[in-house]
Amino acid sequence: MQQVVGSNGAMHLRSTNCEIRNLTPCRLSSRASRVLLAISVAAHAPAILASTGGPSSTPSIFNPASTPAAEIHRLSLFVIAICLAIFLVVFSLIVYSTIKFRKKADDNQEPPQIYGSNQVELAWTVIPILIVVVLFLAAARVIHAVEDAQFPPNTIEVTATGHQFWWEFQYPASAQIRCPGRSDSTSPCITTANELHVPVGAPTHIVLLSADTDHSFWVPQLAGKIDLIPNRRNEMWIEPHDVGHYVGQCAQYCGTQHAKMLLNVMVDTPEDFQKWVQQQEAPAMVSDQVAAGRKVFETNACMNCHTIGTIAQGRFGPDLTHLMSRTTIAAGAAPNTQENLTLWVKTPDAIKPGCLMPAMQLDDQDVTALVAYLMSLH
Amino acid sequence: MADAQPMVPPLAIPQEREGTRPFVQVMHDWIVTVDHKRLGLMYFSYGIVALVVGGIEASIMRAQLAFANNHLVSPEVFNRLFTMHGTTMIFFAAMPIVFGFANYLVPLMIGARDMAFPRLNAWGFWMSALGGVILYFSFVGGFGLYGAGSAPDVGWFAYAPLTSPAFSVGHSTDYWIVGLLISGFGSIATGLNIMTTILCMRCPGMKLGRMPLFVWMNTVMAGLVLVAIGPLTAAQLMLLIDRYLGGHFFDTQAGGSAVIWMHFFWIFGHPEVYILVLPAFAVVSEVIPVFSRKPIFGYNIMVAATVSIGFISLGVWAHHMFTVGMTSYANAFFVASTAAIAVPTGIKIFNWVGTMWGGKIIFKTPMLFCIAFLCQFLIAGLTGIMLAAAPFDWQLGNSYFVIAHFHYVILGGIVFGVFAGAYYWFPKVTGRMMSETLGKWHFWLFLIGFHMTFDFMHIPGLLGMPRRIYTYEASRGWETWNLIVSIGVIFQALGVLVWVFNVIRSYFKGKIAGSDPWDAWTLEWSTSSPPPDYNYAELPVIRSRRPLWDLKHPEDPDWKYE
Amino acid sequence: MASATISVPQSDMPLSANLRGKVGMWCLIIAESAIFSIFVVAYLYYAGKSLSGPTPAQVLDVPYFASICLFASSATIILAERALHRGKIKQFGLFWFLTLALGVTFLVETGIEWDRLIYKDGLTISTNLFGTTYYSLVGLHAFHVTVGAIGLTIILLLTLFGGVKQEHAERISVFGMYWHFVDAIWVVVLSVVYFITR
Repeated sequence: MQQVVGSNGAMHLRSTNCEIRNLTPCRLSSRASRVLLAISVAAHAPAILASTGGPSSTPSIFNPASTPAAEIHRLSLFVIAICLAIFLVVFSLIVYSTIKFRKKADDNQEPPQIYGSNQVELAWTVIPILIVVVLFLAAARVIHAVEDAQFPPNTIEVTATGHQFWWEFQYPASAQIRCPGRSDSTSPCITTANELHVPVGAPTHIVLLSADTDHSFWVPQLAGKIDLIPNRRNEMWIEPHDVGHYVGQCAQYCGTQHAKMLLNVMVDTPEDFQKWVQQQEAPAMVSDQVAAGRKVFETNACMNCHTIGTIAQGRFGPDLTHLMSRTTIAAGAAPNTQENLTLWVKTPDAIKPGCLMPAMQLDDQDVTALVAYLMSLH
Repeated sequence: MADAQPMVPPLAIPQEREGTRPFVQVMHDWIVTVDHKRLGLMYFSYGIVALVVGGIEASIMRAQLAFANNHLVSPEVFNRLFTMHGTTMIFFAAMPIVFGFANYLVPLMIGARDMAFPRLNAWGFWMSALGGVILYFSFVGGFGLYGAGSAPDVGWFAYAPLTSPAFSVGHSTDYWIVGLLISGFGSIATGLNIMTTILCMRCPGMKLGRMPLFVWMNTVMAGLVLVAIGPLTAAQLMLLIDRYLGGHFFDTQAGGSAVIWMHFFWIFGHPEVYILVLPAFAVVSEVIPVFSRKPIFGYNIMVAATVSIGFISLGVWAHHMFTVGMTSYANAFFVASTAAIAVPTGIKIFNWVGTMWGGKIIFKTPMLFCIAFLCQFLIAGLTGIMLAAAPFDWQLGNSYFVIAHFHYVILGGIVFGVFAGAYYWFPKVTGRMMSETLGKWHFWLFLIGFHMTFDFMHIPGLLGMPRRIYTYEASRGWETWNLIVSIGVIFQALGVLVWVFNVIRSYFKGKIAGSDPWDAWTLEWSTSSPPPDYNYAELPVIRSRRPLWDLKHPEDPDWKYE
Repeated sequence: MASATISVPQSDMPLSANLRGKVGMWCLIIAESAIFSIFVVAYLYYAGKSLSGPTPAQVLDVPYFASICLFASSATIILAERALHRGKIKQFGLFWFLTLALGVTFLVETGIEWDRLIYKDGLTISTNLFGTTYYSLVGLHAFHVTVGAIGLTIILLLTLFGGVKQEHAERISVFGMYWHFVDAIWVVVLSVVYFITR
């Protein structure tokens, strides 16, 4: 594990890639190769199952950092333990009978013809039924705990809307988000895209909607996944325990660029979260230095899809008002740098082939000015 | 009447080889045939060709995914590949192979001369074949007003509203719909035929309790076909109405529901996987007893377990939908029903082991595949239990863990069972034995490749890798595992090549098999290899589950103990 | 292998091969019922959920006459089968023709109803959820009635040309099962569409 300091000053852990130390040799018997396989997986089990409790760029489900993920993790260990026990028992019986009851070369007598045994059948019916009942009860408890949870007053409310191929996040007014100076109480306080900020230690309740087709919100370290389905309102919640940057991505095939609909969840300290909220609630930056770029934005079709403050009100694409508060662009497909912004505006297909942002066919001068404007949007 | 020996007809004279007649005439005979054996072989061959095509599609995908941020294929091509791979494998590889086995063997095993409806049998095959042709036409059909556009890219379960005209422009999705609709009619026809044959065409003395387990399992399979294919047909008709007549079945803008497509599809989709796996159970239930030299342990329980699996499988479908936001009560119900189906399935595994227990196991190729089947199906069932625990599924669902699980069932279970059956019945079909040496090479290569790919495939799922993505970030820590998974494909491909070579070589040069090379006990081994067109000169009359055991052991016949 | 006469006790005898037709038709009925069930489920699920457009209560009238014709045709087909069973070909032909006539009347009545719905009430398959589910369910049934009517016509023509004889009674009754099935589906559709959800 290495400690890394992120761009916003937060410290988090990053796990190194695993290396396979011993590939199973080809010419072993199936039994031996299975034993070796078991050993090699077990040797890597700590890396796979390790629960550091902190954020990681490898989003392992065995590394929960939030209450629902931890509940699932506990259940999963219980289920795995039961399955492992069943496997060891039955596998040993298979292996044993394969070895013990081999036909000897010189033996041509038929063995005793046994047709069955009611007692044995009863035993191996009753025991599995008991196991099934136990598993059901364990699962039902967690289903109830997660799906029917009640939320305390300090819960952050977020509405996530899935789009092809990006995430829209809106924060209505709540206990922690005041919306100063906003007279219209129906529209959300904060509208942002692709990067979700939440405070540590408090629950965040996420309402899941879709603007087009099915998507699924999956950040393994924070919670199980729930789908975003058009014409349907789904809900989930997270309650992160550790500060940091958690990764995930869309988990329901939604079209060409489903693979690059990434999720970045920033769990902030309460102070950092308030700083972020204030930044998001601030009006759009207006600077004369980038007036040329703003003009490019306003006079091209950009404003049909994108919102920047009150200048443009497009809803099809992400809200760009505070674009530079995000670490990535194109829903995580590329880091948010001048170079990538330039490439994205000129040729979106170079970063995300098949995405719905058209190449705007601007000349280089316009692109440079536009990118300068975009980079002013803190 | 006093005790009489069960009557088994005299062996028939082997037929002349096909090669002595003009090729055109041979082709004509195969195309117009209504003989269940020929249709069975045509189904099986069609399925194997589709298996290879689907395998190539998978290999390209695995090559693309072997490295992070790879650019071997574009996302558009990748999305078509996984759609076509899944659709091909389920509908045009697995179903035809399953129907091929049933078609060839069921009439022989029940002492009949053909299926109940031979012409319907042929119709069913050609409809299935046509469906596949229509689906694959989409790859080559051009753009333009009536062109196919290209292959469908909506995933093999084609969730709404991705399939609506708004999100699926052009005709590629229509080729998916129409191809499957047509082959679905063929499947229903074949299911009807299998069911009627088993119920009405059994030879005298073969009451239901004396049928081979192979026949029992195909009965339940046929019943599931009759009940489960209809929902898919209905859903696809609804989708066509949406796409062409302005209907709103799945139109979320008009108040329609995307979830109801999922319900309809999985009401078909889950029983479908039991339609595929029961015939593999059927093969294993015949091979293990013969190569353990004992009857199947617990015949009655095996029948009861199979029938209950058939019924329960109709009530578990929404375990594919744990993440769509159903109520906690609905989720809990489907946890219960899914976990419940593990009980009869486990009973079957125990009974197979019980058959081997106390036996004298012969390690010929069919048995090797069966033993691997037992271990692998055990693991597949256990990962299924993990997925049945809904909260665990909220993490594992739609990830590479699920892909690993169902490939463990389909490849580790069904395909291994199919290979066992292919080696076991090849002598009956062709009259020649396959090479044991090549068989063992096939087995070990395929086993190693299978485990390399699908054991390690569970890990990226546990580490957060969702399915249906054409590439992934290098920082996620998935790359090494994906590379190992991809390399395993090479061994599987080699194994299959060895098998194909073995089939072709043995057809021409294999040792003559005789009618009963394995010293087996069911009726098909009493007639010649290959059987004559009419199967049996005189219809058999039987008295127990193992009529040939009774003949070979007149001092200790089965009918004394049943 | 010497053959020996062996008697198989009746309890050990499987179902007769003569039952193939009936068993096969039952299988078809099961499969078709599965298809229809899904359309019925969709109809019930979407009842009352249309966002706009005419509702069932506004535009649907119970098709009493058409339904009586269809139910009566089940009775006439039974009478036809009985006549054929007794070898009375002419009587069979008469009742068979009546069955066809009643079936065609049902289809014509459906056509008239649809004409009114489309042109007077403005309800088409694309109008709203009710339109989509109504036309597909009733249409699927009407399609099956049409297929049955074609079958009835073929058998009627064969009868007129003297091709249908007493020994075909069993096969005719297998076709009769299909016609009864179509009737039974109408009981379900009638109840669901015109009574339960209207």
